[in-house]
Amino acid sequence: MSDEKSPAAQYWSANLRLILGCLIVWAFVSYGCAILFRPLLAGIQFGGTDLGFWFAQQGSILTFIGLIFFYAWKMNKLDKKFDLGE
Amino acid sequence: MSQFAINLIFVGGSFALYIGIAIWARASSTKEFYVAGGGINPVTNGMATAADWMSAASFISMAGLIAAGGYANSTFLMGWTGGYVLLAMLLAPYLRKFGKFTVPDFIGDRFYSSKARLVAVVCLIVASVTYVIGQMTGAGVAFSRFLEVSSTAGIWIAAVIVFFYAVFGGMKGITYTQVAQYVVLIIAYTIPAIFISLQLTGNPIPMFGLFSEHTDSGMPLLAKLDEVVRELGFRDYTADVSNKLNMVLFTLSLMIGTAGLPHVIIRFFTVPKVADARWSAGWALVFIALLYLTAPAVASMARLNLLTTVFPDGAEAPALAYDERPQWIRSWEETGLVNFDDKNNDGRIQFYNAVPSFEDTAESRGWAGNELTVNNDILVLANPEIANLPGWVIGLIAAGGIAAALSTAAGLLLAISSAISHDLIKKTLKPDISEKGEMLAARISMGGAILLATYLGLNPPGFAAQTVALAFGIAAASIFPAIMMGIFSTRMNDKGAIAGMLAGLLSTLLYIFTYLGWFFIPDTNMLANTADNWLFGISPLSFGAVGAMINFGVAFLVSNATDAPPKEIQELVESVRYPKGAGAASHLSH
Repeated sequence: MSDEKSPAAQYWSANLRLILGCLIVWAFVSYGCAILFRPLLAGIQFGGTDLGFWFAQQGSILTFIGLIFFYAWKMNKLDKKFDLGE
Repeated sequence: MSQFAINLIFVGGSFALYIGIAIWARASSTKEFYVAGGGINPVTNGMATAADWMSAASFISMAGLIAAGGYANSTFLMGWTGGYVLLAMLLAPYLRKFGKFTVPDFIGDRFYSSKARLVAVVCLIVASVTYVIGQMTGAGVAFSRFLEVSSTAGIWIAAVIVFFYAVFGGMKGITYTQVAQYVVLIIAYTIPAIFISLQLTGNPIPMFGLFSEHTDSGMPLLAKLDEVVRELGFRDYTADVSNKLNMVLFTLSLMIGTAGLPHVIIRFFTVPKVADARWSAGWALVFIALLYLTAPAVASMARLNLLTTVFPDGAEAPALAYDERPQWIRSWEETGLVNFDDKNNDGRIQFYNAVPSFEDTAESRGWAGNELTVNNDILVLANPEIANLPGWVIGLIAAGGIAAALSTAAGLLLAISSAISHDLIKKTLKPDISEKGEMLAARISMGGAILLATYLGLNPPGFAAQTVALAFGIAAASIFPAIMMGIFSTRMNDKGAIAGMLAGLLSTLLYIFTYLGWFFIPDTNMLANTADNWLFGISPLSFGAVGAMINFGVAFLVSNATDAPPKEIQELVESVRYPKGAGAASHLSH
């Protein structure tokens, strides 16, 4: 672990970058589109209401599922690339 | 065949299934008892996790909450699912790599401190015990409505069934019964929803029906619903919320709380590999979403159904005559969950929002106050009757509601008993206890936990509803930050973690008790629980997220002011970060 560029350290920082990216999307759809930015999305009509309402009741949940599977898939590739899997 | 006989067949049949599984999946070692042997397929575990997570609150109460609150209560939908993203990325894979049996196990070892372990055990027990009360009372309600027994008898029946498969089967028995319970509850939830969606929108898939056209009016369903509720003085169903800070913090508290609930975390110790823990979180959310995407459709359709039943020709025309009310209103009136009071003596049911701003309109229509109160909790249970579905669907709903309550109760009881037998007895009081002795201790503490839960279910403290806020607050403010810092910071030491957990826990308790009363005793609150009194408009239910931030902040300051953790602990942190070398979950490796 002494060398900063060791494969293990690279693996970990790649993981942290991936988590950060996923959590930005996670926060953007739920706290952003569904709550804080809902007034901004009010112009986009969706099924009798606005897009923000859809994000609050369905869109966020669907995005969360996509995020977890994306993360699991990317991490499997990282595990293989750095030969740190099981 | 009578409805009672049908209900009995469905509930009795599901119980026979659970007991059959318990006999087949008997635990014979502590590893089987605590983590089901560590060999559960990730998809199977995902399904078991979904049942473990979805409680009486998700099955019975959530759609009613959304129906009543509309957009504002979307917080429950996002909050109770978003936590799985945090679990999959921040906790589950690393805890699986760590490879121990319980949550306090990780906190005790990582922070090389029996004090930290003890704080974690206390947080776990308080959070889980408060949570289990609601499950027992939920099962009691379902029994008393559908099986015509008293709710006391209902709670005892539930206790005996859980005792049978949880004490003998441990995590192994619980896992396979949870899979069966998931199948029962998801079928029970979706079948009535499909029929109602078909009746109202012609779309057989409720999640699409929600955003489709309302067949009768030709308007979009949600626009129609907005119009109907507006004419009765209610807020628009899709209306935006002005206190966005509170909405964000409440959602965040539910998310962090979900990720920090021990009975959910320990499910991820049962899969064979680290990668499986990640996949399994995804599968869990897929299975949860099948219900959570249907719930908002059920909510809006049930609300519309209810209002158009009472006002068949609109708010301006005469309301439904009380003598002509449908059968489902009659049967729920008997339980006291629906009440009618003919304030203007016209023999008709006026159901509206009696607020000052709507008084003039109500007066001009000859209304003298709201005459119908409907408990939110009946919406899902009454759904099949509202939609005139056949008797077997009602039997299915009964079995589904009980399955949701029992599966969560069993998961909670396992978390409690393993914290007692493993963390308190094996790791703290009597380290030389044999494998057999620990198994016996686990079974006895499970039995004790069931008795305690039954007692609390029979004599629910007056604050049952608030205690759920307490469970989420504690999980969010104490357990989640401690585990996360244990993984993502090599510098975090024992003193920082303990100070952080205590600061998060105490600040959250203080804030909740200030508004809801000390230990929830009525009239001991120091400030009235109204939005004007809340600090920055943050409700006591939303404080868990703030408590978590306090935990992180205090832990960081204290840790940096004191010595770094020993080298072997820093190596332990490094090792949980990489999947390589993860054996099956075990208490032997060190």
